[in-house]
Amino acid sequence: MFKKVLIANRGEIARRIIRTCNRLGIETVAIYSEADANSLHVKEATESFCIGKPPVAQSYLNIDAILDVAKQTGADAVHPGYGLLSENAAFAKRVEEVGITFIGPKSQVIQAMGSKLEARKTMQQAGVPIVQGVNEPIEDTDEAAKIAEEIGFPVMLKASAGGGGIGMQLVNNEEELRKAFEGNQKRAQSFFGDGTMFIEKFIAEPHHVEVQVLADEHGNVVPVYERECSIQRRNQKVVEEAPSPFISEETRKKMLDAAVDAAKHIGYTNAGTIEFLVDRNQNFYFLEMNTRLQVEHPVTEEITGLDLVEQQLKVANGEKLAFKREDIQKKGHAIEVRIYAEHPVTFFPSPGKITKLVLPEGEGIRHEVAVETGSDVTPFYDPMIGKLVVYGATRNEACVRLADALSNYVIEGIKTNIPMLLETVTHEQFLKGITTTKFVEEYYLPNATSVGK
Amino acid sequence: MTIVKASMAGTVWKILVTEGEQVAADQEVVILESMKMEIPIVTEEAGIVKRIIVAEGDFINVDDDLLEIE
Repeated sequence: MFKKVLIANRGEIARRIIRTCNRLGIETVAIYSEADANSLHVKEATESFCIGKPPVAQSYLNIDAILDVAKQTGADAVHPGYGLLSENAAFAKRVEEVGITFIGPKSQVIQAMGSKLEARKTMQQAGVPIVQGVNEPIEDTDEAAKIAEEIGFPVMLKASAGGGGIGMQLVNNEEELRKAFEGNQKRAQSFFGDGTMFIEKFIAEPHHVEVQVLADEHGNVVPVYERECSIQRRNQKVVEEAPSPFISEETRKKMLDAAVDAAKHIGYTNAGTIEFLVDRNQNFYFLEMNTRLQVEHPVTEEITGLDLVEQQLKVANGEKLAFKREDIQKKGHAIEVRIYAEHPVTFFPSPGKITKLVLPEGEGIRHEVAVETGSDVTPFYDPMIGKLVVYGATRNEACVRLADALSNYVIEGIKTNIPMLLETVTHEQFLKGITTTKFVEEYYLPNATSVGK
Repeated sequence: MTIVKASMAGTVWKILVTEGEQVAADQEVVILESMKMEIPIVTEEAGIVKRIIVAEGDFINVDDDLLEIE
């Protein structure tokens, strides 16, 4: 096994990786920016190195600086976490080239899945269902209008390099499309350095359901069930659960099969997630593949008993998966909510100092947090400051425990989305398991004016 | 004369107006980037942009002056 792992990330996920490394007797190297000097991950790692100024381009995305630390400390593996450089094929390649193990798939595979347009084509070849749409880049607004007309409005305009909802927009007619095309193209260019756009048919009342896979370097691919991640705001996930309360056992089997086909077709290794849109009739379509650990991986851990970070380390170390598909049984129900430093209605960020933090405790409650009393939440990074994960024998029990925990969660000094989460997980639609991606717009926002005041 | 101020800490992502330009009330004049989100800043009053105090890429704190409108 590895002796020393460098964690090229920050926040709760850096702490999460340190925890598993500690348990396995692996030393850890943390990197941090000047803004994160007092962060918990910096204190908890075996060694920590400041690699630059607060903006990510000058620290967490600085490949040369990170590789220097890796070489200097003698790290034999790099864990990229999620976000930041985790799906940057050039970074994975540079790590491979200096003889250090990148904990993730091969750089070519990251590259192939990084373009949503390329991924569409590849998945079609693998026999995985894709949404009706185009497989070639759209050059300009006129071409976009012509294609949208052929597919039929409403359509989703998407940036091939996009993520986090940036460069993506639902358009209902030609006028909206013409207004939206260039703006999204420019945004994609400025955020991702790639303005390639394409169009897919809009799926009505979609559920976002994703399948977690583990794949070793010996050709074994094991699906470890799905996560329902339909509740989103600004196209980013807020509540995630496993198993999905929506899909049938038959659909589950088909989706898991499709995920295995997809992973095998591209020669995937390590932990990965295949995201699908599921329509009201339980037809499912490939959305994208995330070639890394997901934010919401804990819900899968809770229902399967696996430690996904441990599995990532073992697979990256060349070990065979110690189990087959039929060995992994799901048990109970887990729900995760993301705690964001933001206004609970406008969703505008709320940086500042946390003057008080009290985490609720109780049966089935798990915390993944990046902050403590006295922490500064700076404007430089994503607003997610922690995750609350609850487990119950049934979905109903998990919902009750989650509502209790959220009611007792104390964060002072900044605004958070906790009032929004509490409204959501106690809403009758949520309790019934009716959680389409329109949930926030349809059920939360119309009644939200009194929340968070 | 009014000063348009930053509603939160972040980086000046885009300045949408130039000095000497006529602006209307509620017009977006600056876009900040904070926590990976674009935050539009509007002017409450109409007038002429007299002075732009910040530059694109500057880091600013909440209530910092962004530009002056007359």
